[in-house]
Amino acid sequence: MLKQPWPWYVAGTIIGLIVPALLLLGNKHLGISANLRHACAACFPAGIKFFKYEWKKEIWNFFFVGGILAGAIIAAQLLANPNPVEIDPRLASELAGYGVTDHENLLPKELFSVESLFTVRGLIMLIGGGFIVGFGARYAGGCTSGHAIMGLSDLQLPSLIATVMFMVGGFIMANFILPVILSL
Amino acid sequence: MQVIKENTTVKPLSGNGYTADADLEARSLDTMCVNESHKVHPWWYNFKYMAVGIVFGIVFVKAEIISWFRIQEMFRLQSFHMYGVIGTAVVVGIISVWLIKKFNLKTIHGEKIEFHPKKFNKGQVYGGLLFGLGWALTGACPGPLFAQIGTGALVVAVVVLSAIAGTWTYGYFREKLPH
Repeated sequence: MLKQPWPWYVAGTIIGLIVPALLLLGNKHLGISANLRHACAACFPAGIKFFKYEWKKEIWNFFFVGGILAGAIIAAQLLANPNPVEIDPRLASELAGYGVTDHENLLPKELFSVESLFTVRGLIMLIGGGFIVGFGARYAGGCTSGHAIMGLSDLQLPSLIATVMFMVGGFIMANFILPVILSL
Repeated sequence: MQVIKENTTVKPLSGNGYTADADLEARSLDTMCVNESHKVHPWWYNFKYMAVGIVFGIVFVKAEIISWFRIQEMFRLQSFHMYGVIGTAVVVGIISVWLIKKFNLKTIHGEKIEFHPKKFNKGQVYGGLLFGLGWALTGACPGPLFAQIGTGALVVAVVVLSAIAGTWTYGYFREKLPH
């Protein structure tokens, strides 16, 4: 049971409960991309005002992210799904057209591997993708957790606007730009 | 905001020599959570947040939220799964926050739970759009990136470093960007 992929209503309920868990444990608001900012503030603030603050006050969030990493290791080691990932047949056939046929794990190895870093498409997806995730999240003032989960839970209109824009960006990329990148 | 005023009077200079006012101002830029505890806890109290993170990480993997395929299916409208996850999480979150406010619940250490209204700025539009483009490219938002590494996809560490570089670049150009 536990090894099969968990249904959306189980996952959604648990993730929703993380919001009150952090609030009740210590008045903390869920928000993961802030860690990227804290990493900048801790390692290379470079005199930039945006990074000149006491990042040590936010150390709880590093523990939280460390927990995510540990949880993923536990799930992958002890609760791994023995079967290949189930993928919508339309997506599978589209990806096969780009030579992406690995369905063993949650990330196709043709795109997510060290070798992929030395291909044009891999470079765009991993380095370019990571860069705009970091840049965009901070520009928007939060990511999926801070805006879509925490912000919407608190009925914040700016978070709704950000969430809508996340989806718009994702639709544009997945349907119009990614096909071009994958065929490189 | 009451607590913050207290902080400025009680502790005018913080550890790094920034005044508490300047520190708060910098930290509040672009709607970061600025709640802080005024109780002094030993550092290992932070493990309670790690425990919550572990639950989050397990769910990320077991519900395939960190799957690049799931994200592609979501944006191609080929699967309900991710909409179900996010939708349920938001509904549970809304009810939870509403209950906390209605009953004025305190933290387990007896402190008041604070909320801060977010202010609209154009960053939520432009930054949101950029973030969405990146989300569909990498198949991950920041939380799942860490979980992907945990499942053994070590190359994702490069994505995280790139995301930190992106964050730094934003900080560098922040004053010149439309907000």
